[in-house]
Amino acid sequence: MGELRLMKGNEAIAEAAIRVGCDGYFGYPITPQSEVMEYLMAEKPYETTGMVVLQAESEVAAINMLYGGAGTGKMVMTSSSSPGISLMQEGISYLAGTQLPALIVNIVRGGPGLGTIQPSQADYFQAVKGGGHGDYYTIVYAPASVQEMADFVKLGFDAAFHYRTPVLILSDGAIGQMMEKVYLPDPIPRRTEEEVISQCPWASTGKPPTREHHIMTSLDLDPAGQERLNLLLQEKYRVIEEKEVLYEKIDCDDAEYVFVAFGLSARICQKAVHLAREQGIKVGLFRPITLFPFPKKPLQELGKKVKGMLVVEMNAGQMIEDVILSVGFQIPIKHYGRFGGIIPTPDEVFRMLKEKIIGG
Amino acid sequence: MEEKFAHPELRTPENLVYKRTDFLVDRPLSYCPGCGHGVVHRMLMEVVEDKGIGSITIGISPVGCSVLAYDFLNVDMLGAAHGRAPALATAIKRLWPNRYVFTYQGDGDLAAIGTAETIHACNRGENFTIIFINNGIYGMTGGQMAPTTLPGMRTSTCPYGRDVGIMGHPMKITELIAQLPGTYYVTRQAVHTPAAVRKTKKALRKAIDCQDLGKGIGFVEVVSNCNSGWKMTPVQANQWMEEHMFPKYPLGDIKVDGELVK
Ligand SMILES: Cc1ncc(C[n+]2csc(CCOP(=O)(O)OP(=O)(O)O)c2C)c(N)n1
Ligand code: SF4
Repeated sequence: MGELRLMKGNEAIAEAAIRVGCDGYFGYPITPQSEVMEYLMAEKPYETTGMVVLQAESEVAAINMLYGGAGTGKMVMTSSSSPGISLMQEGISYLAGTQLPALIVNIVRGGPGLGTIQPSQADYFQAVKGGGHGDYYTIVYAPASVQEMADFVKLGFDAAFHYRTPVLILSDGAIGQMMEKVYLPDPIPRRTEEEVISQCPWASTGKPPTREHHIMTSLDLDPAGQERLNLLLQEKYRVIEEKEVLYEKIDCDDAEYVFVAFGLSARICQKAVHLAREQGIKVGLFRPITLFPFPKKPLQELGKKVKGMLVVEMNAGQMIEDVILSVGFQIPIKHYGRFGGIIPTPDEVFRMLKEKIIGG
Repeated sequence: MEEKFAHPELRTPENLVYKRTDFLVDRPLSYCPGCGHGVVHRMLMEVVEDKGIGSITIGISPVGCSVLAYDFLNVDMLGAAHGRAPALATAIKRLWPNRYVFTYQGDGDLAAIGTAETIHACNRGENFTIIFINNGIYGMTGGQMAPTTLPGMRTSTCPYGRDVGIMGHPMKITELIAQLPGTYYVTRQAVHTPAAVRKTKKALRKAIDCQDLGKGIGFVEVVSNCNSGWKMTPVQANQWMEEHMFPKYPLGDIKVDGELVK
C-alpha cells in the first residue's frame, strides 16, 4: 500500500530509515543535512519501532557508534555533510576492513575546508576512490530525486548486509533541501534479537557456550593474514562490480552526443537534452546511479555509438576520469563544472555542449 | 588436548583449589612479564564468570598494548579504533540494553585521543563499564609520553623528563569524570600486591553491577606498571609505581552510589 507525501530529500531519508526497520541513527548536526536527525528526533521512532536515535559529540564518535552497532549485526546509519564525512574516514576504513554493514549519507556541500553550505559534487573522489586509508571501496549510490533518496536507503542497507560492507549515499545540498512527491512503502518491522543473531552469525552479540567467541577487528599483524583479508576484499569488490551496477539512459538510442552526469547535475542535463532536441540536435543523457561500481561497460558501449560526451559535474572534473577510463580516447570527452555552490543552468550546459563538443 | 601435568592423576575435583577461569582463552598472553594487563584481564573474567553473564557480555578492546585483549577474553569482542571504545560501547549498550558491555582502555587511548568520547559517554550517563589502565606511558608504540606521564618522568618523546611548562601537567581524568552526573561508581585501584588484586576484583564487580541499576557509568582505573616502557625490572617498576605514581594517583573510591567520597 504505502503512501504519497511531499517531503524534503533529507526528511525522506529519515522517514525511509524508520520504515526499513533501521535499528539506530547516530549523527552530528551540519548544514545542509541537519533535517535528517531533526526529523528523527521529532518522529521519536524509539517510542514506536524502538529505533535508537542519538546525537553524538562529533562525527568521529558517530561513525564509531556505527562501527559498534554494525559489529553486533544491527542496522545502523549516519548522515553528514562534507567536513563531517572527512572526519569519519578512519571509521569508514575500519568498517570496510572489518567487513561491517553500515549506511552513510553524505549531503555534499562545497569545499575545500569549511567551504560553503551550498550544494556541490566535489566529494566524488573521496566517496568513490576509498576515502580513508587502505585498499577499500564503499558502494556509492547517487540519487537524483527525493524519491531516490528514500528508495536508496533500502537498497543501501540490503547491499551493505549482503556484502558486509559500508555503503554511501552521495547526494548534495539541493536534493537534500528540495521538496518533491515521494512514495513511501509500508514499514518493515525491525528484526528481533533472535533474527539479528540468526541473520548475522558472524556478529559479536554475546557468546553462547556452544560457539567460539567472535572478534570484530580489522587488525591482523601477520602479513600473510592481512594479505588474505585484502585479497578477500578485492574479490568482493569484483563481485560488486559484476552485479551491482546501476545506471539510467535517457534518449540515448539515437543520440549523437551525450551528457554524462550524476545526481543533481543529471537533473539539469535532462532539461538540456529537451532543449537540444527542440532544436533538432540528437542529445542523450547517461546517468550513473552507482558511482562505485562505476557503469564502465554500458558507458564503453555508448562510447562506440556517439560522437562526443560532455561530463557535467559540480566540481573541477572528478567523474570524468572514470568516464575516460571506461570509454578511452576515440571520441572527444570534455568536462564542464561549476563550484562553490553554483548550480549550472540547462541553457548553460547546452551551450557548453555546443561549444566544447558539437562545435569543436 | 595435550596433557601438561606430570601427575594427571592428582587432578581430581577434591584436589582442585584454584583454576583459571574458562573465560580466559587458554593461550600465552602477549604482555611483558610483570605487566598489570594480564592480572586485570583475569580479574575481569572472573567477575564475568562469578556473575554468570559470559553469554551476554560484549567487550571492546582499545588500540594500545591491550588491543589483543580480544584474543584472551573469551567473550564476544570488538576492537575499536584508537580512543573510540566508549562510542562503540554507547551504541552497543543502547542497541542491546540487556547485554553487559565494557571497554578496556589505556591512558593514551582514554585520556588523549579519546578524551571527547570518554567525557561525553560519562556525561550522557551511559550504562556500561569502563576499565582504564593507567601506566603513565604509551606502551605499545614504544614508550612515548602519555597524558598521565608524571612531571620529570622520562619517556622517548620527553627524553629529559616531562617539562610541565612545555608539555602540560599529567591529567587526572578519573577525578574529572567523577564530577559528571552521568558517572555512578568511580574508583582507582592497583594490581601490584595480592591485597590490591582482591580489591580490584571487588571494584570490577561493583562497576559491572552498575549496569543492573542503569544509573550511569561504572569506571575503574587501575594504576599499573609498564616495566618495559619505564625501562625497569617488574619488581623495580612496582616499587617505583608505589613511590611515584600513587602520590599523584591515590588509590581508593572517588565516587560511590553517585556521590563523591573524595
Ligand atoms: C589514530 C591513531 N593514532 C595513533 C596510533 C598509534 N598508537 C597505537 S597504540 C598508541 C598508544 C597506546 O598507549 P596507551 O593507550 O597508553 O596503552 P598502552 O599501550 O600503554 O597499554 C598509539 C599512539 C593509532 N593506532 N591510531
Ligand atoms: S609494553 Fe608496558 S603496557 Fe605493554 S605489555 Fe609491556 S609492560 Fe605491559
